Amino acid sequence: MKKQITIAVLYTLLTTVLLGVGYPLAVTAVARLLFHRQADGELIMRDGHLVGSALIGQPFTGPRYFHSRPSAAGAGYDASASSGSNLAASSKALLDRTEASVAVEKNDGPVPVDLVTASGSGLDPDITPAAAFYQVARVAAARGLPVQVVEDLVQKHVTERQFGLLGEPRVHVLELNLALDAMAPKS
Amino acid sequence: MSLNGWLQILLFIALVLLLAQPVGSYMTLVFERRRTWLDGVCGPVERLLYRLAGIDADYEMRWTEYAVAMLVFSAVTLVLTYLMERLQGILPLNTQHLPGVPADVALNTAISFTTNTNWQSYVPETTMSYLTQMVGLATHNFWSAAVGLALAIAFVRGIARRESSTLGNFWVDLTRATLWVLLPMSLVLAIALVSQGVVQNFRPYDRATLVEPQRIAGSGGQSSTMTTQTIAQGPVASQEAIKMLGTNGGGFFNANSAHPFENPTPLTNFLEMLAIFLLPAGLTVTLGQIVGSPKHGRAVLAAMTILFAVGVMACYWAESQPNPLMHGVAQGHSEQQSGGNMEGKEVRFGVANSALFATVTTDASCGAVNAMHDSFTPLGGLVPMVNILLGEIVFGGVGAGLYGMLVFVVIAVFIAGLMVGRTPEYLGKKIESYDVQMSMLYLLIFPLVILGFAAVSVMMPSTGLSVLANKGPHGLSEILYAYASATGNNGSAFAGSNWNTHWYNYSTGVAMFIGRFLMIVPMLAIAGNLARKKIVPASAGTFPVTTPLFTLLLVGVIVVVGALTFFPAISLGPVLEHLLLHAGQTF
Repeated sequence: MKKQITIAVLYTLLTTVLLGVGYPLAVTAVARLLFHRQADGELIMRDGHLVGSALIGQPFTGPRYFHSRPSAAGAGYDASASSGSNLAASSKALLDRTEASVAVEKNDGPVPVDLVTASGSGLDPDITPAAAFYQVARVAAARGLPVQVVEDLVQKHVTERQFGLLGEPRVHVLELNLALDAMAPKS
Repeated sequence: MSLNGWLQILLFIALVLLLAQPVGSYMTLVFERRRTWLDGVCGPVERLLYRLAGIDADYEMRWTEYAVAMLVFSAVTLVLTYLMERLQGILPLNTQHLPGVPADVALNTAISFTTNTNWQSYVPETTMSYLTQMVGLATHNFWSAAVGLALAIAFVRGIARRESSTLGNFWVDLTRATLWVLLPMSLVLAIALVSQGVVQNFRPYDRATLVEPQRIAGSGGQSSTMTTQTIAQGPVASQEAIKMLGTNGGGFFNANSAHPFENPTPLTNFLEMLAIFLLPAGLTVTLGQIVGSPKHGRAVLAAMTILFAVGVMACYWAESQPNPLMHGVAQGHSEQQSGGNMEGKEVRFGVANSALFATVTTDASCGAVNAMHDSFTPLGGLVPMVNILLGEIVFGGVGAGLYGMLVFVVIAVFIAGLMVGRTPEYLGKKIESYDVQMSMLYLLIFPLVILGFAAVSVMMPSTGLSVLANKGPHGLSEILYAYASATGNNGSAFAGSNWNTHWYNYSTGVAMFIGRFLMIVPMLAIAGNLARKKIVPASAGTFPVTTPLFTLLLVGVIVVVGALTFFPAISLGPVLEHLLLHAGQTF
């Protein structure tokens, strides 16, 4: 028993150095060498300012931008407090919240489901192509742009399934909105 | 549901079955201490470890010695992590200047990671420093998985050996599991994850300027403007890799594998799911090879695959259904959206990958999530709950799944023996009353802890019920799921409730502890007893354990035991919620 305790203590300390320090540092070293941008979170700069990460969603609620999904992370898209709503399908709070979202997003026809439901992380950077195309008319009107121009822009930002098979088609909201801002606004 | 969704699920199953053979064969070589291609690198490290720690690698342990070594090692690592959490405020690599972790959370977390549960009652990005995550918690992902592998191998040796009093050497099995299996695989997976965008750095949290500043309605009618976004960072990829391979499941971030920094693309999602099943599936092949009956290994793998396939089909179907009470919302599947129940799910994964991930993570005792199980439809959430309640033996946790399944095998063989009126035999070993008693002890501890704690919690309105996020039958589901997850060492949760209270931190801590260690001891006792026995030559009355009939009997025993034990509780939770939801009742 005493011998086993000695072994256990020594073994714990030795493997802590190997697995808790050596391993993560080795991964960090290789990551920095080969995939520097990814390892730092694919940060996006505009005019010398950090405007976000290509992987992390941002809140957009005004008429001039494509809206992100509702978020339960902090006050909305708080990337230091990721969280889903965790509301049950039978929860009155969930149904009230979606009803309010539907009232805001309501356009022509029923609202695509992802636009009125909160994601698991609260940081979902994407909306479905359905949700993006659904918002084209509103954004075009708010910006005084032809509908066709905005629709083409959305089409250009549709990411297909990875390798044509994995995941679901999606539209990156932050990148789409940055592209919108980059177009010369008419108004 | 879509064709593409089914194709992804099929591809996943096919790859798991395909990879089981090479991975299992490799583990046989590793644990029988035969030559592998990694000997040149791992051999010197192994010998150095033994020399420095004073381990005699050729010493063979009896089952009691094996159990003591395992318990002592677990205790030491538990204490180390507890101390590190408490003292993180004065330790380095604390870029956010986080204070020491409170005692009840620290103890709960230390037990949680030691027992391979990774139940997390805290929000990682605002509670744990980089040092605590990397040195205190990620190390446990290796250790607890290596312990699981070692125990599974010890059990398999118990079946394979004849008239032997020993099961192997715990330290040697632990070391070989770490150096030959977990560490090299984690290195490769971590780099692959980084290439797709999983972060790996020690930056302080970044602060981005929002493209569109947001007005926030505050309390008392005042509103403020939010102009920045704080982005949590960290050494995530290295932890993510072993979190999956070791079926640990503890997230670096609160949202776990739903967080884009843990799981940014459909490819990382696929790799992470594959990593969960890789070792448990391979172990069935290792079992077949070490006991000298590869067909038996395949029969066990087949039983697991059947239970898995049924679960994922049910879950995918349930999550594709529209919420009957949501109006003015397009919930159907089309070319442009996966549709279904998207609350708590990410667009890049959609319904198919969320249902698949939920099934995988609860079949194995992983507990990582890429979607919030709490927001699943009642029947969709029932699938992960049932998977855990069956004992996580469908592939199961690394090692823990196999030995849990083998206990069911003993019971299945025993029942077959009763049916034909002969002393049951398992691979030439007579199964006698001691073996069956220990197996039943193993099977009974589990529901006793889950239902016991759930019943106590339900009877305490202030401490037990006030924390719940959802009311009505779903509230009961949340409590049931919590204790199932803790006792089953899964770690996923119906996460909406505030589990970070004294009652739940301590009671789930006890549940996790019992669910791991109190179940390991009878399991090792069976192994030790089996190893001592003589081999009886097979006769016409021997029930073969290599046939489809055996597979079906095994599946039947698992389902009947699970159903008889938990059906009443389940019918008051998810089933009742489903019926009421479709009758228009909300809570």
